[in-house]
Amino acid sequence: MDWLVTPFSSNGFMLHALIAGVLVSIACAIAGTFVILRGLAFIGDALAHGVLPGIAVAILVGFPGILGAAIGAAAMVGGITLITQRSRLSSDTAIGLLFIGMLSLGVVIVSRSNSFSGDLTRILFGEILGIGIPSILIQLAATIVIAALAIICARPFLLLSFDPEQAEVAGFSSRLYHNIMLFMIAITVIVSFQTVGTLLVFGMLIAPAGAGALMARRIEVMMLWAMLFGVLSMYFGLLISYHFNLAAGASIVIVTVAIFFIVFIMQNLRSRRAVRQQESAHG
Amino acid sequence: MDSAPYVQAKRLSIGYSNEVVVADISFELRQGEAIALIGTNGSGKSTLLKTIVGLLPPLRGEVAVFGMHPGSNPRRIAYLGQFHASGFVLPLRAVDVVRMGRFPSHGLWRRMGREDDEIVLSAMRAMGIEKLAESPLRSLSGGQQQRTYLAQVLAHQADLLILDEPAAGLDAGGRELYLQAIDNELRRGVSIVMATHDIQEEPALCNQVMLLARRVVALGTPQQVLTHDTLLETFGIVVFGDQRHVHVLEATHGHDDKERLGINKPRS
Repeated sequence: MDWLVTPFSSNGFMLHALIAGVLVSIACAIAGTFVILRGLAFIGDALAHGVLPGIAVAILVGFPGILGAAIGAAAMVGGITLITQRSRLSSDTAIGLLFIGMLSLGVVIVSRSNSFSGDLTRILFGEILGIGIPSILIQLAATIVIAALAIICARPFLLLSFDPEQAEVAGFSSRLYHNIMLFMIAITVIVSFQTVGTLLVFGMLIAPAGAGALMARRIEVMMLWAMLFGVLSMYFGLLISYHFNLAAGASIVIVTVAIFFIVFIMQNLRSRRAVRQQESAHG
Repeated sequence: MDSAPYVQAKRLSIGYSNEVVVADISFELRQGEAIALIGTNGSGKSTLLKTIVGLLPPLRGEVAVFGMHPGSNPRRIAYLGQFHASGFVLPLRAVDVVRMGRFPSHGLWRRMGREDDEIVLSAMRAMGIEKLAESPLRSLSGGQQQRTYLAQVLAHQADLLILDEPAAGLDAGGRELYLQAIDNELRRGVSIVMATHDIQEEPALCNQVMLLARRVVALGTPQQVLTHDTLLETFGIVVFGDQRHVHVLEATHGHDDKERLGINKPRS
């Protein structure tokens, strides 16, 4: 029992990490559900990496990294929208171009500064064990905004995931609600990078929601499963990191991916058993 | 009876960007009336439906729905498209899909009540899928999914139904229920625009038929329009009994797949 509780009860930094992690899990479960349902994994990945130059410039000039991440995400979404609306290229092409362009720009900016190596690790893999109360409050505010958007836009988001044309005919502008959905994903990425880093936030977006999709028959239930898997990943990831002295962010994401594969294998075994039972029932 | 036309098109040209698919379409549809759009794949049926619901802007001419721009009155229009993007990922039960039909009349906020549940159940009963209510959409067959989408349209309780190949994939039982439901809607005073390949049962419920072949080949009552010559002109091939009449169509976009229509006799 001590092994499970003491790290959090006797270390303030671990408790802060767990609170921030739970908030990240809730935000990522909500945004990640729509990333999975609408097939937006590529844009989620691109956003997670494309914010790098914004963060790098912000740190270079002494502004908060989160501000740079917001500007980087806005540039990404704006660029993707511009290319898809003003050309015949698919959104995948636009996302790919912006993704690689922004990532390269980030690496170029980082490579020009000698003092950046520690910051770069922090940007890429997060700093969950060094998270303070102000960051937790920002994370809390962002999670409330994300949850509020998901509740307010539940009907158009559902219609959009089902069929964008149906959403449009039902009186919900598919472009408007698609952009709100992108905004929600962008906020999640921006505020989560401090916790799990830009490289690993993508894992938190898709792995718990992907496992939830395997389990659920309803979107609300999928979201709840994703939250549960996310919180479990945070808790056990932090524990493993504490006891075995491993990188916290990476430990969390390894646990979340492991949970996905456990759910995947269990679902497959269950399906096979159900088929076998049906076959034996038919003689 | 509402005397103003529900749908009115005047010299309407439809298409995508600068590509005109069909030009110079004019027709009117009033309350309780139905029109069947018949033609080959790519003849302009779906493009016309999308223009009426406001998914595509008219290229030239005018189209008004309930006297307003298309898309201005989502509460009064239900649309069944040909393709749904939902795929196998979306965790939805059949009843959730049908409930979506109530969204336009409730907007973002208004709560759904017992009355809505009854409407949803009644729509599912009309399409014979009430026992599948809790089944995941992805576990349903193509025909059962089509019944679910039709139930969603019925649950909308709209004044105008825009249906793109509504009977596609339905078995004999499903087709019977669908025709019965359409008949009931028309009796209720609902108007219907449907795109179909059927030249017998569905047009029989309609006041008007429009034959399309990237132009309006004919427009009028089913008796006036569904003749040997107009069908041959529209489809390029018509089979009456064991006699096969072939008319080679110009190979234009969407018009190069000739359809064989196995009908026993022409409508008269």
